[in-house]
Amino acid sequence: MYLRIHHETSYHYDAPVKAASQILRLSPRSHDGQNVIGWQVRATGRRELPSFIDGFGNLVHCHAVNHPHDFLIILAAGAVRTAETHGIVRGAAEPLPPLFFLRPTSLTRPDAALIAFAADLARHGAPLAVLHALMQAVHQRLPYRTGVTGAATTAAEALALGAGVCQDHAHVFITASRALGIPARYIGGYLWTGSETMTSEASHAWAEAFVPDLGWVGFDPSNQTCVTEAHIRVSVGLDYLSAAPSRGVRQGVAGETLAVEVRVTDDATRLDGATQ
Amino acid sequence: MEQGETTGRRFAQFDEMHESGVCRAQYAMIRRWLDDLPPQQLALKQHEAELLFRRIGITFAVYTEGGGPERLIPFDIIPRVLDAAEWDFLARGLRQRVRALNAFASDVYHRREILASGRIPAALILHNDGFRPEMQDFDPALGVYTHIAGIDIVRLGPRDFCVLEDNCRTPSGVSYMLENREAMMRLFPGLLARHRVAPVSHYPEELLDTLKSVAPVNCPAEPKVALLTPGAFNSAYYEHSFLADEMGVELVEGADLFVDDNTVYMRTTEGPKRIDVLYRRLDDDFLDPLTFNADSALGAAGLFAAYRAGNVTLANAVGAGIADDKSIYPYVPEMIRFYLGEEPLLANVPTYDCGRAEDLAYVLAHLEDLVIKEARGSGGYGMLIGPCASRAEREEFARKLGAAPTSYIAQPTLALSTCPTCVESGIAPRHVDLRPFVLVGKEIRIVPGGLTRVALRAGSLVVNSSQGGGTKDTWVLEP
Repeated sequence: MYLRIHHETSYHYDAPVKAASQILRLSPRSHDGQNVIGWQVRATGRRELPSFIDGFGNLVHCHAVNHPHDFLIILAAGAVRTAETHGIVRGAAEPLPPLFFLRPTSLTRPDAALIAFAADLARHGAPLAVLHALMQAVHQRLPYRTGVTGAATTAAEALALGAGVCQDHAHVFITASRALGIPARYIGGYLWTGSETMTSEASHAWAEAFVPDLGWVGFDPSNQTCVTEAHIRVSVGLDYLSAAPSRGVRQGVAGETLAVEVRVTDDATRLDGATQ
Repeated sequence: MEQGETTGRRFAQFDEMHESGVCRAQYAMIRRWLDDLPPQQLALKQHEAELLFRRIGITFAVYTEGGGPERLIPFDIIPRVLDAAEWDFLARGLRQRVRALNAFASDVYHRREILASGRIPAALILHNDGFRPEMQDFDPALGVYTHIAGIDIVRLGPRDFCVLEDNCRTPSGVSYMLENREAMMRLFPGLLARHRVAPVSHYPEELLDTLKSVAPVNCPAEPKVALLTPGAFNSAYYEHSFLADEMGVELVEGADLFVDDNTVYMRTTEGPKRIDVLYRRLDDDFLDPLTFNADSALGAAGLFAAYRAGNVTLANAVGAGIADDKSIYPYVPEMIRFYLGEEPLLANVPTYDCGRAEDLAYVLAHLEDLVIKEARGSGGYGMLIGPCASRAEREEFARKLGAAPTSYIAQPTLALSTCPTCVESGIAPRHVDLRPFVLVGKEIRIVPGGLTRVALRAGSLVVNSSQGGGTKDTWVLEP
């Protein structure tokens, strides 16, 4: 597919804030099945944002405004050509070894209920079968519902609440997978929902698990599917916090109005090669 | 059972001043000085020393539950003396160890060859909180992670020095080393004049040269250095302001800094000034709310991005703590062999890793002989000294060990050397250790000596200032 992404976040403050800074993990990188054709991350008042590559291999942009301002707009936009890989992720920068991704974090520390939830799936045998069963189980135990959980909700809390959004699905999936000894990690990205059968908030999140002989495989528990050519993979981390699309602080106590607009569109006319 | 008797029977300890009843050569003049000093004079001088320290205002806030008032670390007027040969050996051992610790940190955040070789279990590193994935594939200036190392040394015999622990994050105590010498010069100028004692007062210059030598590649001009402190409530704040003052660099708090275009600036009355090297005395977790603890107001937002972009050097490096974790400590001799191809000059203390079933079984069966420490603790908190603990304390610790074995290590109770010390009843031997400070930049520098800490309670082996320890001036005699 040839997908165009337009992701605009705007903050409007009730009163000017003195200073604000953010780091932004909003840039997809190329790997097998995902070719980034062109991409930009921009913010109001800056010609070009400085960036660095973090320890997970994410391209991180930095934005600092050190003067009073009452609004801020951040735009991430570009085009990505994707191909079906049956969920297998190869050719990505892999600075950290799979074993590292067994490490728990405060958002993904299992409690007794989560360990029991995971243990029940071990009967499915081989890791790939267990992971597919896990994906189904997450979907069944946590029906998609917004407003029940928040950005700081842990995997254990989400399981106890019995509902959540893609972030919670990914956290529960990752925590259970690690409890079963299968390395797993958090992926932030976008989803083309033109198919009408897939659900996604403004931006999407899912999980990857490391399967012997296959390598990293993407599982999207919110949609009960391995990742497809409709998924655009943007950031990698141990959990939401280390893969967060943005983290920021600001000086000033003003209230804010946040508006997020994500458009993922399919431009079939741009497909070339064998299909033309 | 009498505690003194227990220690006396089990351990033959080495006294720094007397060997088999004979005064060792490097202490000859001190022995004579003490013999000639009337007892009242000794007490008077000790009192004078205390007044001096109170006037200078060196205090140390002791962390206890509920917080405690600032108090003075007791200073003992009898110096601890090392001769040139002893120091030469120690210095070579320290250089070797610190080179290996830095090579290890660099390897761990790049190719991890030591894990691939099977010499250290991979999970021990990768699942350790001290391993910071944020540092993966980052190249700090000159490849240095630990610029200032405090290596704690204990002595068990005339030629028997052991490393008790490595401090690779933000080791403190160097201000006491400097103030102790200053106090000795004021109190006993004659005694010092009769010895050829290697000076220590140039430490701040050496530190500043070290910090400037690791300026980031993108540093445009003469590097500008600042010292980042968590603030006046930190237990080591005195040291932070003292060192900044001595080096002639700015003492800054997070609120004095801001980051723009991945560059760190200090706010000044004359406008923003670029900072190239930050000697930070603030833990990794608090450095930058955008990357680490989001609630921290002690660091500066965007600092880590500026660091990874190569626009500022943090000393010590983020993640340097992976090298001083107590669960990694047993592998340091192997690191020396692996990275340097040398045999370790300084020995390790035998260490039991309670995370290993067979070690745990041994530890639980020998609690009354062992010292148990938290793998990630520091400052002498949360430890059990088996021979000095009550049965109830040992039983409580056995429960803790059972609940979280991987959080603890155990070591035999060591017969730390003793050094004559002023106590209420006169002069008596007390256990000592030594923390030399090793500076790593373009070259490795060690100011001769370090901080000698002394356990002031009879028989006590705990020298930490937070646990009632004192300090002594440390003399290295020039050849």
